[in-house]
Amino acid sequence: MNSLDVKTERVEGWNRPPVIETDGEGELLEVAMGPHHPSTHGVFRMDLALDGERVVRLKPVFGYLHRNHEQIAETVSYLAMMPYTDRLDYICSLTNNWAYALAVEKLVGQEVPERAEYLRVILAELTRAQNHASTIGFLLQEMGASGTPLMYAFREREKILDLFESLTGSRMMCNYMRFGGCRVDASPAWLDAARKVVAALPAFVDEFERFLSGNEIVMARCQGVGILRPDLAVNAGVTGPMLRASGVNYDIRKVDHYGIYDRFRFRVPLGDHGDIYDRYMVRVLEIRESIGILEQALKDIPNGPVMDPKAKIRGFRPKPGEAYGRIEAPKGELGFYLISDGTPNPYRYRVRPPSLINLTVLEDMCLGSNVADVVLIFGSVDIVLGEVDR
Amino acid sequence: MLGEGILKGLAETAKNFAGSFVSKERMTTVEYPEERLPLPEASRNFPFLVYDGSDWQAGLRCVACQICEKECPPKCIYIEKSKDKKPDYVGKLQIYPTKFDIDISVCMSCQICVEVCPFEAIKMNNEFELATDNRFGGLLLDRKELAKSNEYYHQIHPTEAAEVDARLAAEKAKAEAKAKAAADAAAAKAAGAPAPATPTRVAKPSEGERKS
Repeated sequence: MNSLDVKTERVEGWNRPPVIETDGEGELLEVAMGPHHPSTHGVFRMDLALDGERVVRLKPVFGYLHRNHEQIAETVSYLAMMPYTDRLDYICSLTNNWAYALAVEKLVGQEVPERAEYLRVILAELTRAQNHASTIGFLLQEMGASGTPLMYAFREREKILDLFESLTGSRMMCNYMRFGGCRVDASPAWLDAARKVVAALPAFVDEFERFLSGNEIVMARCQGVGILRPDLAVNAGVTGPMLRASGVNYDIRKVDHYGIYDRFRFRVPLGDHGDIYDRYMVRVLEIRESIGILEQALKDIPNGPVMDPKAKIRGFRPKPGEAYGRIEAPKGELGFYLISDGTPNPYRYRVRPPSLINLTVLEDMCLGSNVADVVLIFGSVDIVLGEVDR
Repeated sequence: MLGEGILKGLAETAKNFAGSFVSKERMTTVEYPEERLPLPEASRNFPFLVYDGSDWQAGLRCVACQICEKECPPKCIYIEKSKDKKPDYVGKLQIYPTKFDIDISVCMSCQICVEVCPFEAIKMNNEFELATDNRFGGLLLDRKELAKSNEYYHQIHPTEAAEVDARLAAEKAKAEAKAKAAADAAAAKAAGAPAPATPTRVAKPSEGERKS
């Protein structure tokens, strides 16, 4: 992986934020923040130890939403696991579908028709745009801008979800990809509707940026807060916009060229400081790059079948073996590791969830900051508890 | 100037606020129970069973093969097979479900039962206002509640239903042609063969078109 290009000149030592020494007067205050805290995006608990307003220790506690996801996979068939993957990261179910389909296709050596590859790219980039829009909306909501930015973000997201519903039948639990293609073909009317939505997206991003990027309160709250050093980010296995905001150029679309991503021209936005503002900006720029990919894909999409006619839906029994399929999901590297023993059910099924692994650096980012900033730092990680707890 | 960014942002908000009175683009909310958005054709919620004709019990396409029961990811389908048989849409005798329950409080609307069904018997409904005050069994639908006519299917998914009807008609025509060919062959064989007892015996299956 030679594109893993760590900008070492900005790194000074290990740079773990210093643990605050108390002066011995008074005690640390322990606060359990969550699991039913409105800013925790679900059911997540942070056990904070506070010295005044400052965070001295942070212990993440999760598992409240554990649903036995990986064990269920060992009891149901490969196909029946597909709708369960929708429920991992329920904001972007289509990328979950793709990662799982990719792992199974690697396991059995299945080819995917051209049109299906294009449809997958279109849906994944639409998913990325709506995920980043809603993430920024939630971040601003947590900053105290209650309502307005989130409503604007959701207004755009709604248009994309309408597209998903008219193609896949469901707004969030799409269950659309299959091993060897996609379930149904997109009609020309759907493609036209998608073109219309994509054409309207740049105006939305411009409006969003005019609305927020120059806002002094946003800058004061976000800049220089929750800094994640690139060396720590790489060592902790952080991926996605979080890693790129720290200045590490690592995008699996560029590294693996899975699907047909080598055909599209797009840039990978990188941050300089690794603070919350950089994460916000990287997400905004990624929406812009996604729009570029979408325009290219919607222009070039060929005609043809969307499903390999030789692909099996029922009675699917891969030969013994193992495979790891990974994609650049909106939140980071989403991977599925499968071991087959020749039976209709996977012998082992393991998810590499970006949300959980990005969360491991939470304490390092939060130490020494105020309690109010913990909410923001946590929001800028962009997690979904369905994926953290599985 | 400090505060310029905030003022710019507030100008956007003001534009959206004023625009919501005049532009449909900016006024995106819908007052749900009074106003409804049309559902897209592909929209799906919970499964139902299709029947042909007017009698739901006679026309039920399901042959109780239990594939959907096996493939269902959360295992929310329960089927009991019948002991006797009834003719299906081609006229072939098939067993039928004496019990077909779907617990839609467990169902996760994934459409896999529809995909695996070889008989086009189970399809997705798009009705979503299903709230009930009965906690126990209120959402456990039996085959009578699940059965919906083919006309209803045409109403909610017109394109898909037309495709299914065409496929079934082709299958029926194929089965009829096959039965006819078999009958013709049998008749030809009977005409060729001098034995007097055979014609009556081979003519029988062609009447009910049940020879495949």
